[in-house]
Amino acid sequence: MERHEEWVRVERTSAFRELTHKRKAFILPATIFFLVFYFGLPFLTAFTTVLDVNVIGAINLAYIYAFAQFAMTWILMHLYVSRANGWDDLVDEARSEASRSGGEEGSS
Amino acid sequence: MSDRAISIIFFVLIIALTIGITIWASRQNKSTSDHYVAGGNIKGWQNGLAISGDYLSAASFLGIAGAISLTGFSGFYLSIGFLVAYLVVLLLVAEPLRNLGKYTLADMLASRFNKPGVRSAAALSTIAISMFYMIAQLNGAGALIELLLGINYTLSVIVIGILMTIYIVAGGMVATTWIQIIKALLLIVGTVTLSLLVLAQPSIGFNPVNLFNEVESQIGPEMVVPPPPSGLVAGLDVISLNIALVLGTAGLPHILIRFLTVPDARTARSSIITATWIIGLFYLLTPVLGYGAALFVGQDAIAAQNPAGNTAAPQLAEALGGPIFFAFISAVAFATIVAVVAGLVVAASSAFAHDFYSNVIRGGNASEQEQLRAARFTAVGISVAAILLALPAASLNVAFLVALAFAVAASANVPVILLTIFWKRFNTTGAITGILVGLFSCIILIILSPNVMTGPNPDPPLTPIIPIEAPFPFVYPALFSVPLGVLGCYLGTLLGGGGAEREREQGLQTDYDEIYVRSLTGISNIEQEIEGSTQQEEPRTT
Repeated sequence: MERHEEWVRVERTSAFRELTHKRKAFILPATIFFLVFYFGLPFLTAFTTVLDVNVIGAINLAYIYAFAQFAMTWILMHLYVSRANGWDDLVDEARSEASRSGGEEGSS
Repeated sequence: MSDRAISIIFFVLIIALTIGITIWASRQNKSTSDHYVAGGNIKGWQNGLAISGDYLSAASFLGIAGAISLTGFSGFYLSIGFLVAYLVVLLLVAEPLRNLGKYTLADMLASRFNKPGVRSAAALSTIAISMFYMIAQLNGAGALIELLLGINYTLSVIVIGILMTIYIVAGGMVATTWIQIIKALLLIVGTVTLSLLVLAQPSIGFNPVNLFNEVESQIGPEMVVPPPPSGLVAGLDVISLNIALVLGTAGLPHILIRFLTVPDARTARSSIITATWIIGLFYLLTPVLGYGAALFVGQDAIAAQNPAGNTAAPQLAEALGGPIFFAFISAVAFATIVAVVAGLVVAASSAFAHDFYSNVIRGGNASEQEQLRAARFTAVGISVAAILLALPAASLNVAFLVALAFAVAASANVPVILLTIFWKRFNTTGAITGILVGLFSCIILIILSPNVMTGPNPDPPLTPIIPIEAPFPFVYPALFSVPLGVLGCYLGTLLGGGGAEREREQGLQTDYDEIYVRSLTGISNIEQEIEGSTQQEEPRTT
């Protein structure tokens, strides 16, 4: 069997499709969210003064926004890692699913 | 006199400790795989500490604290950007790169593109980025040693250069990994202690809000609020800086190589958790260090010692903790610099020896021993070049120089890495033009910017490097050079060579289906893994 076909066979397994679907469903919105949230701070501070409001003593809204970016990074990191550890099982499933379907069609 | 003696004793102790580790590790450095990636055998938390060690360079410890002490909020952008950048690495780059890669960035690109040109371009950008980064570290070292020992900048840069060369040539990646781990621990202890000393001052009373209040009332509100909007160019420059910071990490060769030093994906992830917590907590403390230095050392005293503020943190340690603590913090900063430079030299020398010498010049026929020797010679060569380039950079802030290295990484490497993983139609010509356009547009824009073309009367008054008015008004090039890098990839792909499909038929490019499956699953040898698993389920997840 040609090498190309074998990769396509993995691609076609339901486990691999579930893997790509789940990855995309998490990573795409998460990436868009953190980039928008991240660039929001420099845009607002470089072109407006709306964040120059003191909130707690002399700690202003710009610093609060900045600290929120730390929280966002830690939260997204843990969300990603706990999901990705679950995706590993799908990789194993895709592997065995592909070899089973190869065993049926191929002449190994 | 006695203060100086104490400094020197502590300094020598730390250096002796790191050299001891290097000697111990060098006994275990047997193969090229050990030299480049520590044999793939580092544990998750160890690797997490090592990543933090690589990441928390002189820029973080000396540069950011100095920038915040002199300019306030705008220095804190560096902390935020360096941290959030980890999300780009984690979500988009780390696992596909691990799954495809072997030793270097070029290996990962070569897993898809089969032409020596791609390897050469990747090796070139790796060396250029490492060089910028090393200039920054050596610059920080110069400022620090000037303060600590009273020897001049030039001499201390040369001393560090010799030390780091010993590390690499003797120890390789195993040694740098252990140095990074020890240094990360020392740096955490030092930073937390220094922050506690600031917060323990009577006027602060362990309430961080009081620190901000004190800065606002003693120095002025402009130190706490972001700098007021001042026109389009200045505003876009802030955006440009932040683009470089958030994207650059994903293109830094010495950070990416760390994901290859652990045995599997799960370990790579757990190392990222450790690293992100350590790095985040460290950066959260940078305003305490910076504002503490502004209050308890004074901005004038900081600027008098180093116009860019590079010695604010050690000066703060001296003011609050006395000579012993000052010596400890200085030694930690010094170990930081040597360790980071060592990691950079390994990345750059691997790029040259493995990608260029072994695979391009020798056509893949160099023996392990020849490769190792080439890597060691390259390490020496790169160190010498970086020392020479660091000498004229004496008056610049370390963090600023690192931000420029990030801009080069974001422009030259990041577009190509992302498109190799995610773009089916991407081809060889696109990969080469993308790296070269990103790399050279970024370097040319830096040369045309006010950083280098300082004009005859620079402000602040530093030594003019090239006394011509800069034709390019932006300090940070990423806003332009990153899109140019992407455009280079795109146009190169459209105009050059055949499509991806034709390249595949000619054997110039690996099937994208293979890249796609491999990058997401880590299956590397499909014949074995698929056929083999019919007999027995393999529990392994790479």
